[in-house]
Amino acid sequence: MPTTTINGHEIHVDDEGFMTEYDEWTEDLGKVLASQIGIDMTDEHWQVIRFLREDFREQGETATVRRVQTAGGVPPKRLFQLFPQKPAKKMSYVAGLPKPHGCV
Amino acid sequence: MKDLLILGAGTAGTMIANKLRKKLAKDQWRITIVDRDDRHHYQPGYLFLPFGTYTEKQVVRSRHTFLPDGVDFVIAEVDKIEPEANKVALTDGRELGYDYLVIASGTSPRPDQTPGMSDGTEWRKSIFDFYTLEGAKALAEALNKFDHGRFVVHVTEMPIKCPVAPLEFLFLAEAWLRERGIRDRVELTYVTPLPGAFTKPAASQHLGSIIDERKIHLETDFMIESIDNEKKALVSFDEREVPFDLLVTIPLNMGAEFVARSKMGDDLNYVPVDKHTMQSKKYANVFAVGDAGDLPASKAGSVAHFAVDIFTDNFMELIEGRPMTEQFDGHANCFIESGDKKGLLIDFNYDTEPLPGKFPFPKVGPMDLLKETRANHLGKLAFRHIYWNVLLPGRPMGIPTHMSMAGKVPLTTTTENQE
Repeated sequence: MPTTTINGHEIHVDDEGFMTEYDEWTEDLGKVLASQIGIDMTDEHWQVIRFLREDFREQGETATVRRVQTAGGVPPKRLFQLFPQKPAKKMSYVAGLPKPHGCV
Repeated sequence: MKDLLILGAGTAGTMIANKLRKKLAKDQWRITIVDRDDRHHYQPGYLFLPFGTYTEKQVVRSRHTFLPDGVDFVIAEVDKIEPEANKVALTDGRELGYDYLVIASGTSPRPDQTPGMSDGTEWRKSIFDFYTLEGAKALAEALNKFDHGRFVVHVTEMPIKCPVAPLEFLFLAEAWLRERGIRDRVELTYVTPLPGAFTKPAASQHLGSIIDERKIHLETDFMIESIDNEKKALVSFDEREVPFDLLVTIPLNMGAEFVARSKMGDDLNYVPVDKHTMQSKKYANVFAVGDAGDLPASKAGSVAHFAVDIFTDNFMELIEGRPMTEQFDGHANCFIESGDKKGLLIDFNYDTEPLPGKFPFPKVGPMDLLKETRANHLGKLAFRHIYWNVLLPGRPMGIPTHMSMAGKVPLTTTTENQE
């Protein structure tokens, strides 16, 4: 498994740069990951990211756009504004979680 | 007397009833299977109905003729499962108790879940589906009248059952337009929520090149918000619009409503299960086999078939108090019609992408993997007979349950990421 260094921290990532170790993530790292894909984090962004982190801990899977709506209360339209074009991919990248599956 | 209760007499449920009736002693085990009607649909056949290749009679048979003696077939609607009490309530007031329960109620297209789809004025006028018998029949009539304009094939959201069928429909439609001599009067577009033509990168690349060659416009990462019936256009959450004269859509797929009523499903009513044994993560005497579970595998008949083999072997161990030793690997094997009487074949599992090579026998084939051939097309057509006569009755089919690497050519370069 490759590693990369962000802000002096060595972290484990997959081929696409998604973090693979849940516990290596911090909100500071999340902020850096967001800026790498051109996202400036606001409270609303954090609300989504914190939901994803919490939900992953309980479910063992990354929430889909649908689940962020039904369980997290954020409508897809808003998600597309917060994380443009590819919200599922971008929000899981920032949250240090694997891409949601369902795409099989 | 112990009770095995199966909800759903489709592909998975019927195979399980046949296989386990042979293995379980009749004086010790009762097997009951529930479905809402007595019509078993050969769903892969829907693909050919719009083009007049198949007729309704070839794709619908009676469910009970495929069930063995010694299995009680109950025709009823399930109200809900009460897993703590080990019983199932039917909507007619009857109750069925069980020692073990198999949920095999599949997944269904839900056009009601997208605003403007089935609740709009254009439904079955210019908006069609082909994943139902009625939809496929209505589409056949619409295609006969269609001679020019914007023809859009659209997938709402993954996962859907038979994830290759939308592409097959697209390829068959393109070939059909050419045969009718009207291809140059039609603008053909494929709209998908995925970043590429298909879910698996290696196959996506291959299928994407067929889309290119046939001059089909590809609209990716499209998450539909609604259909504007007045403008006749698909509208996405990020405010893109795709106009159409004829739309063939694959609606959102969801598991059975009784799963939701029983509070046993996820957001799409799929039952969370162990991906290697199909055992419910919550109830040790409940399994969800076939499309009803949340396995990260394709929702397809071949997956159901291989999963049933694993399940029935494990079940015999489980009831004897032994640990379940068989592990499902997510094996899928799918023919992909590509038009012009040719087809492709893909074979893959949880961990291995579809690879090129020969199938099922190394070097000999006769099928070629990931390549358009006539043999693959004939294989697909032959499969309807195999389905009715070999697969459903639970007879051995000669294809290994676990995916095999024999005859396959591993990719030498790493597959380029599709995004």
